Amino acid sequence: MSEAPSAIRLTDLHFSYGKGPEILNIPSFEVKAGEKVFLFGPSGSGKTTLLGVLAGVLGGYTGQVEVLGRDVAKLSGSQRDAFRGSHLGYIFQLFNLIPYLSVMENITLPCRLSAERRGRLNGTPMEQAAHAVAKRLGIDELLGKRVTNLSVGQQQRVAAARSLLGTPELIIADEPTSSLDYDHREKFLELLFESCKAAESTLLFVSHDRSLMHLFDRQLSLPEINKAGA
Amino acid sequence: MVLLSLAYHSLKNRVLTTTLTVFSIGLSIALLIGVENVRVGARESFANTISQTDLIVGARGGSLQLLLYSVFRIGAATNNITYQTYEHWKNHPAVAWTIPYSLGDSHRGFRVVGTDENFYTHYRYRRDRSITFETGRLPQDVFEVALGSDVARTLGYKTGDKVVITHGVAAAGGRGILDHGDKPFTVSGVLAKTATPVDRSLYIQLEGISAVHIDWTDGAPPLPGEEVPAAKITKQSMKVDQITSFLLRSKSRIDTLRLQREISTYTEEPLQAIIPGLTLQELWRTIGYAEDALTVVTFFVIIVGLLGMLVSLYTSLNERRREMAILRAIGAGPFKIISLLVLESFLLSVAGCVLGVGLVYGLSAAFQPIIEQHFGLYIPIQPPTMTGWIYLGAVAVAGLIIGFIPAWKAYRNTLSDGLSVRL
Repeated sequence: MSEAPSAIRLTDLHFSYGKGPEILNIPSFEVKAGEKVFLFGPSGSGKTTLLGVLAGVLGGYTGQVEVLGRDVAKLSGSQRDAFRGSHLGYIFQLFNLIPYLSVMENITLPCRLSAERRGRLNGTPMEQAAHAVAKRLGIDELLGKRVTNLSVGQQQRVAAARSLLGTPELIIADEPTSSLDYDHREKFLELLFESCKAAESTLLFVSHDRSLMHLFDRQLSLPEINKAGA
Repeated sequence: MVLLSLAYHSLKNRVLTTTLTVFSIGLSIALLIGVENVRVGARESFANTISQTDLIVGARGGSLQLLLYSVFRIGAATNNITYQTYEHWKNHPAVAWTIPYSLGDSHRGFRVVGTDENFYTHYRYRRDRSITFETGRLPQDVFEVALGSDVARTLGYKTGDKVVITHGVAAAGGRGILDHGDKPFTVSGVLAKTATPVDRSLYIQLEGISAVHIDWTDGAPPLPGEEVPAAKITKQSMKVDQITSFLLRSKSRIDTLRLQREISTYTEEPLQAIIPGLTLQELWRTIGYAEDALTVVTFFVIIVGLLGMLVSLYTSLNERRREMAILRAIGAGPFKIISLLVLESFLLSVAGCVLGVGLVYGLSAAFQPIIEQHFGLYIPIQPPTMTGWIYLGAVAVAGLIIGFIPAWKAYRNTLSDGLSVRL
């Protein structure tokens, strides 16, 4: 593993909101390309903040943040947005979908917003690619539906399909399973893993629920790597 | 295009507030354009109260006064002009036609106009409309009278009825002190409605005016028993000495100004000639200030409509924080978030404009005949005027600009929310 390039590498990261207390102080953190990493920590340990920094939404930190070999701080705001849209897949804990779009429209939205990401479909028509991803996740029957008619589990799978379409190198999942019951969680993870493997995507999975951690390549405790407040 | 589709779907998703907002903007647009059209219509109707008449000629006095008594049947002339003078101009080589008016008598508040066949042949209003008869025919005998449509309707007269003319002008509905009671007139016909002052007069022949005054001396009626009986009077036996004013059409428009000068400097009798269009404009300017007030009010209505849109977009932002975070997460930058909201606001105001214009034309088409009938106001159905387009453009642009307020708020939200949203 050590010879693989790193998908995420943090060095000496310090972050605080405005003049508030320091939220993140991470001397070192690395995720290798293709890894499935489980990052856990209680609420308030800075999980969401860390993900915001990684996704390039939160700026104003000191230290070095390298995502997919790029120094995020060196990118301009719009470059960061484009980079995120093209190379990252993001799954929220809940309410991942734009309520006024259909399932298909939700899945294809990142590809429609980013020409680069659309280019990564290698010429496959967007709808066709979306169908393939949806089929793997078992939601191809739902493509024409309104997202408001879906169950929570189905919604999360649609969100996964959206984050996977266009094979982004890094998938960040922020407690995507916390609203699912146990059986659905395992099933969801299996599908997610399979899809990540097919797309050769790195997965950073953040949760406070450690019952799933044994399914991952590597498990990390955020309080252990984050020295802020310690 | 993605943003346009997003904006469209987002608006469609909030169908109730979208509809209400579009309606409130649409209604205010309809009001604005409607008022503008009524304004144009009123001005047009007013300016076209009389058409194709190049000059109105009367005894020297105020030009407005001449216009008022000749066209609007308001007020009275201070002096008459001799028939000789009239004939001089009538036969002038540059003159195409003339319509003589002899005024001064009335019937129950409505003016009586002595005129001749030229009135029925040549008089034009609203550009090219001529006088037609609803029933009956034009007066041919000395004691026949044609009624304007309002006169007939108000007084309930019909063809064949007897009408007694009053000397001088009595208040509406009142009875004159000096009736020409010995010489009643028979209604020969009723004019079709013109929605102009023509409707509010009675029309007899010039000889009829002479006939009722034949035995009068120094403005006083004959002593009882000394009247000339009506039966002895024929059209041929009547001599017309004077008229009040006349309308004139020159053979070529180029002649009009020359003729006007010539008439004003006529040495036989002090005359004045006015160009009705110019004097009508002058009159309109004095009474037209009300239209400005109306416009100001409609502008406020537009502002209220746009503020309604601002409120609806702004209040929707809180429930849309989630949506913004998702858009951010999948790569939409702040510029796209701002564009989306500005686009929504722009779409709303454009939809409002379209609806408003549709409403105006729909309503105009539906009510145009009724309005014309009842108010004498002809509202033209034509593409929006230049001013109308400017209004529409201004509202669309205002919608665009107003969109920046919620857009800015949304942008601030996304900055502070990042990818996390507290629900």
